Formats: sequence, C-alpha cells, structure tokens
Amino acid sequence: MVTLRINGAPHTVDAPPDMPLLWVLRDLLGMTGTKFGCGVALCGACTVTLDGSPRRACVTSVSAAAGRAITTIEGVGATRVGKNVQQAWLDLEVVQCGYCQSGQIMAAAALLARIPTPTDSDIDQAMAGNICRCGTYQRIREAIKHAAQTPASGTSGG
Amino acid sequence: MDRVSRREFLTAGAAVGGGLLVSFRLPGLARLAAGVERHAAFSPNAFIRIDRDGGVTLVMHKVEMGQGTYTSMSMLLAEELEVGLSQVRLEHAPPSDRLYAEPSFGVQETGGSTSVRGNWEPLRRAGASARSVLIAAAAQTWQVDPTACHAVRGEVVHGPTGRRLRYGALVDKAATLPVPDHVPLKDPKAFTLIGTPAKRLDAPGKVDGTALFGIDVKVPGMKVATLAICPVFGGRLARVDESKAKAIPGVRQVVRLDDAVAVVGDHMWAAKQGLAALAIQWDPGPNAQLSTATIVEQLAAASRNSGHVARDDGDPAQAMAGAAQKLEAVYEVPFLAHATLEPLNCTVHVCPDGCDVWVGTQVPTFAQTAAAKVTGLPRERVQVHNHLLGGGFGRRLEVDFIRLAVAIAKQVASPVKVVWTREEDIQHDMYRPYYYDRIAAGLDARGMPVAWIHRVVGSSILARVTSELFPKTWAVMRAAGLHQLVAMAKGLDVDAVEGAAEPPYALPNIRVEYVRQEPPGIPTAFWRGVGPTHNVFVVESFIDELAAAAKQDPVAYRRALLARAPRALAVLDLAAQQAGWGQPLSGGRGRGIALLHAFGSYIAQVAQVSVSNAGAVRVERVVCAVDCGTIVNPDTVRAQMEGGIIFGVTAALFGEITIKDGRVEQHNFHDYRMLRINEAPKIDVHLVKSTEAPGGVGEPGTSAVMPAVANAVFAATGKRIRKLPLKPDQLRSA
Repeated sequence: MVTLRINGAPHTVDAPPDMPLLWVLRDLLGMTGTKFGCGVALCGACTVTLDGSPRRACVTSVSAAAGRAITTIEGVGATRVGKNVQQAWLDLEVVQCGYCQSGQIMAAAALLARIPTPTDSDIDQAMAGNICRCGTYQRIREAIKHAAQTPASGTSGG
Repeated sequence: MDRVSRREFLTAGAAVGGGLLVSFRLPGLARLAAGVERHAAFSPNAFIRIDRDGGVTLVMHKVEMGQGTYTSMSMLLAEELEVGLSQVRLEHAPPSDRLYAEPSFGVQETGGSTSVRGNWEPLRRAGASARSVLIAAAAQTWQVDPTACHAVRGEVVHGPTGRRLRYGALVDKAATLPVPDHVPLKDPKAFTLIGTPAKRLDAPGKVDGTALFGIDVKVPGMKVATLAICPVFGGRLARVDESKAKAIPGVRQVVRLDDAVAVVGDHMWAAKQGLAALAIQWDPGPNAQLSTATIVEQLAAASRNSGHVARDDGDPAQAMAGAAQKLEAVYEVPFLAHATLEPLNCTVHVCPDGCDVWVGTQVPTFAQTAAAKVTGLPRERVQVHNHLLGGGFGRRLEVDFIRLAVAIAKQVASPVKVVWTREEDIQHDMYRPYYYDRIAAGLDARGMPVAWIHRVVGSSILARVTSELFPKTWAVMRAAGLHQLVAMAKGLDVDAVEGAAEPPYALPNIRVEYVRQEPPGIPTAFWRGVGPTHNVFVVESFIDELAAAAKQDPVAYRRALLARAPRALAVLDLAAQQAGWGQPLSGGRGRGIALLHAFGSYIAQVAQVSVSNAGAVRVERVVCAVDCGTIVNPDTVRAQMEGGIIFGVTAALFGEITIKDGRVEQHNFHDYRMLRINEAPKIDVHLVKSTEAPGGVGEPGTSAVMPAVANAVFAATGKRIRKLPLKPDQLRSA
C-alpha cells in the first residue's frame, strides 16, 4: 500500500512500486482527466506536476511520486495560476477535440508558476513536449501569454 | 426544400414525461442542391425536446471530435428558436440509421465536412417551426393575435401589453397545436447568433478534466485489456505461452483470437506487463515479404494501364499532340496513419441476451452492426453508448477496433475496456492509401494549358466501405445518388478522384482517370481531407510546374485560368495580398501558393518556408483565405483552418508509414513525427463574407497546405517536390 497526496488530499492505493502514476490515477483512482497518449513520454498528454514541476505520469513510478505534492487537471484550478490558465484556454477558445488539453494546461501552469511572463522561446521550451494532433498550438501560445497578463490579484492559492 | 409540405418535414407533439417534442427530418446534400425532396412518409431523424423548465435538448446524430459541430448545430437551432445558446443541451443520439441517418450518406455518420452543409436549412426550419407553435400557444393563453407576439431568449412577449410567458410554461399547450405550413426564416441580416464567434459548448469540460472520452469509461466490475495484433498484415496467431504473464500480479486472463492476443488485467499496467511477458509465435502468412518498394512497383505498373474515366472534356490527346510544349510528371504520396491522440479503445460487456459497447465513434450504427455480427445477437440487443472523440480524422469511421474488442469481450466474464498501445495504434491503423499519379499537360505558345491528362492510381476506400460497412438499403443508395452509383458500378471511385476531376481552372481539354490498385494486405481508410488531400497536392503542384515552364508568376498564371471562377479568384487574390506575395524574402526562403475548391468551400493558402543548407524545411507562416459561404461560427472556421493546416504541414514534413517484411516500420511519436509548438507556423486566416450556402471546413485546410508548402520549397530552392514527405537529404545544398 502506498499513500499519495493528490490535489491536497491523501489517497491510499494498492499498487506495485513500479506502476506508473498514470495508471494509478486513471485505473485505480478513477481520475481520468490525466490522459494516456503514448506511454513513453513523447506526447505530454499525461502531464501532472510533482511539487510544481511538470512530469509525464506514464513514466513516473508510483514510488517516485509518493511523498510529493501531486497536482492533476482535476486540482489545478485550485491554484491561482492554474485557474488563470484554464480561463485563458476558455477565453481564447483553445480546445478542439480536447484530448491533449489536460496535459497542455498542466505544462502551461507549471511554466507560468516558474516564469510569470514567459517569452516565445520559454513557451517553446516548456511546451514542445506536448503534442496537439488538432493543431491548437497558436492558440496555446496566445493563451499562455493571455494568462500571464491576468492580474495577480484575485483568488489566492498556489 | 421550399416545395416540401411542412407536415412531411416536421411534426410537434407531447414529449414522454411532458414538454414539447419537435421531430423533423434532415434531407441529404444532393437533394438539397437539387431543390427537390421525395414525397415519402414522414420519418423524422432529429429531435428537439423543450422541457417544462424551459431547457432545450437537441438530440443529434453528429458527434463532436474537435470540429465544433456541437456548437454550430446548436447555433442554427437557437437562432430561429430564439433561445440563448447556453439554454441548448445536446445528447448523443443512440444508434439508429432509421432515425439519425446523415442524409448525405444514408447512415448515421459524422465525416466528409457535411454537418453544417447538410443541416444549415433544416435545423433553422425546425427552430422556426417550434418557435411558431410556442407563440401560438401564448397567443391562445392570452386570447390575443399571435402576430402581436414575438419570441426572445426563451420567452414569448406580447408587444402591446409587455406580458411574457416562458417557453417552459407553454410547452404542454404547444404540443396540442398544429404546426403551421409556412414559417418564414429570418432574414440573414437579422441574425443575432449565426455569424458570431459563439463560445464552444464543449470547452469547459475539456479544460477541467471532466470531459469523458471513450477511454475514460468506467463500468462496475470492468477489467482492462491491451492487445497485440499479428505484426505482419494478414498473419495469424500460431501459439502463445502465457505462463510468465499469468504470474504477474493483476493479470487475469489471456485471450486468443485468430490474428491477435490480448491480456486482461485489473488495470492497464498489469495488462501491458502481461502482454510484454507473453511468448508469442506468429504465422506471418502471405505478406511476409511485402515492402513499400513492392507496393510502389505494383502501383507504377498499374499506372501504365488506362483507367476508369472520371472526366473527359474536349480532345486531350489531339490537343496534346499539337501543343507547343509538353510536361509529364509522376507524383507520389505515402501511406499515412491517423494517430488520433486518444489511442483506439472500446469497452464492451457481452451477456447472453445483450451487449453494451462504450466507445467514441463517428459511425454508431456501424458499431452496432459490427458488435451484433461478432456476438450473433440481433442488432436491437446491442446498445452503443457514444462518447466524445479524442480525434477522429477518419479513423473512427472504421469499426475494426470495435470488432476486436467485442471478440475479446466474448471470452471475458466481466465488462472489459480494450485499450490499444500507441505502438499498436500506429502499426494497425487503416492507412491513407499510397497514391501514384501520372499527370501530363500540353501548353500553347503563350504557355497556357491546352491539354491536361491525369491518371490517379491507388486503393479504393469507397469500394471497401461500400461493400463492407454500408447497409444495402434504399436510403443509402438514394443518398449516394444515381451519378455516384453508376460511376461505382463502372469501377470509378469518385472519392479517389475528388479534387482532380474538377480543378477550378479553365482547362479546355481534360481527361482524368482512375486505376484501382490495392496494396496487398494493407488496410486503407479515409484520412482528413479524403480525396482532395491527395489530389489537390498533385494538381496544385503541377499547375505550379506549368507556371514555371511558362516562365510566369504562380499567382498570375492561376489568375489567368480563373476568369470564370470568381470565388476562387477572390480567395487567391486575398491570400496573395495578405501574404505580401511578390515582396522580397531573405535568403533560403520562398513562398508557395495553392488553391482548393472542395467540400463546397474555396480556399487559397500561401506558405512561407525557409530551407537550411542541410535541407531542413521550416514552415514559418501560412496565410489562408477562406470562402466557405455563409459562416455559422467564424471562430470555428478559423480554428478548423489553423488545425487543418498543422495537420497538413505535419504530413508534408514528416508523414510516412513504410512497410518492411509485411510490417509497419514506425512505432510511436519518435518515428511517426507530429509537428510540435516550436515548429508550428504562424497562421493568419482571412474570412470572405458571403451569403452563399455554407461549405465544409473540417477537411480543406489540410488538403490545401501540402502543395502550398511544396511550391514554397520550389520557390526557395528550385527543387520540385513530387513525392511526400519532404526529405532533407533531397534538399541539401550542393
């Protein structure tokens, strides 16, 4: 048994230590917002944050995630940056099929938490690991900049 | 449509459990265009329910796969019904070709950029009719003249007194009233919703993780399975040793099929580990030696045969003989995988007396039929629960993965979710065919084309889906139309030549042929942009070759051939102007243009590329001009162009599935590359205002950009691209 802290709440699961966090979230805990896309950290659909840093849940073992603060798409809206990013995604109508967007939003929130006003080059570096098959990249870039301009006041958290 | 009696098109009555149910029938595209409708018995295929709480539910046969159709369909209804867009809810229609057929196909299908085109008028008429009975109900309640009443945001208002009644309070009375024969539609100038960038209805759930795709299904007692299909196409499972797999915690069962093996576990991790631990022996079958080279040799040989004629105007042979200059070329485009980001998956529970299927599909009735065939159950015992699609692009028009999941579930006592790994998804896609085109033109002394001969050689997707998937019903045949049925009976694939048979240019002597040549063992399927994605690459690249041979500017050359195509000319000019066509570029850069008329829309794109000394191509900018007729949601049109362009650039730069020893050589996103954000061009979309009938926008953006990029590479390097994808080693500076 291993206890994980996900979106601020403890979850105890019966998982082998090498089981990827992705399948723990999806198949054991029923948190299906985190998506499976490639299984080998090539597409970013499964991006979550561990202690604020973006990680590919498909190659992060549950033992490596234990003891860390895990944030998923279901919880990112509780942080100010995460909420701003989600709102920017709505304001700029980023989504199409939407399947990659959990991972995109998690990666963008992690970027903005680290660099509040990222340059195009910062965005390229932080987001190049996240594939969008529908091709929403231009709007993702604009939405990140839009979220960066959202006033820091408002809901607290982070 | 105007000749249709209202009663044959629409009825209104009480909904089960109260409220107003408006039932109506959506006609086909072909019949809309012809302006006629058969006087058949009324058979509604779409439903609007207005509840006593005023909520409006549209039960629609269209599925949402990113293209924004939920929002566009709702906008058409809400505009005439006079409700706010936020008041409209959508329900996935259950499978029923009788109730929910897309009239353009005769079956329940989302694809071919048909949704807005097919539903533009009928959905507005349905909304207007419903509004009219609600106004009549209010007028009766108040004992006033209905013409003194109007509807606004879900309420009926009596103008003189200002009295108001909400729709919800009127539905029961409205259900007893007759639907008037003639309800005028709004003057487009009075539209308040259509033409505005309304927000997508499906967006909130897609940014907070609550949206449910097929892969997110949870059913009590469900197990998870993953599978390996024989890596050689057409091969079989010989034997499998499951002892090591069964020792892995969480592995429950190994399921053997003729050509695949699946491991069922408590979760995907157990299933994946179990699959990796199996010792599998395959019988590779007849295609063990197959390679891309063999397939291309067969296509090349077939290209020497004459084909089925798709177009034959004038006397191309004689005109060619008399031409001042002759050009000939061979164009090739590769097999492509769809690579939807949501890997294929399907959840099934088979019981002795019924079967439930949870899936995201573009074709719910085909899914139902497939499950019925595999289980032996009657169709009505198969329930299909449709979900959001994590990308379709044509892949989810197929039911191969549903058949496999049902076959696996037949051997499993509990419900089972079958999830494909990315590697299986890439290696067992149904691929965009490899096409091999021979094309020739004759130019007169001024360099203008006097003869055009184009022979398309490749797989016929239409022939397969017609025989394998489409039911042999009168509705399907009627939807296809006589022209298409006759063509198909003669062996012509109208999809394979779409975009080739009717180029927008004045070509006085033109012959277009199709030769069917199937790649042995390789399943082929529709891919975003369908026929035009391949043909527009060939036609627009070759027109560029003619311009170069005539020593003319590519835009000026096209303009000269578009005197009788004003909408095509207008988008060409708009794209060229917005892109700064003719203005100098720094070294290693070039601009290329391409024009498309397909899916009822006109599109021109200018791509700007840079080519490094090492031959690496970067698409820096794409300017896109769109005339898709009347625009329902301009933001959706922009989004579809932006996305379609990225999809097409991805294919032009990287897209290639190759075969060796009967197997696909690519595995995952490292060797089947997707364009990434740092490689994405800046895209500017310019929309043409129009009152013409709406055209499709889901597919054409993809089709137009590939030749625009190839032509830009020619402008930058002088090297003509006749084979995709672009290969850096062919573009390296000498």
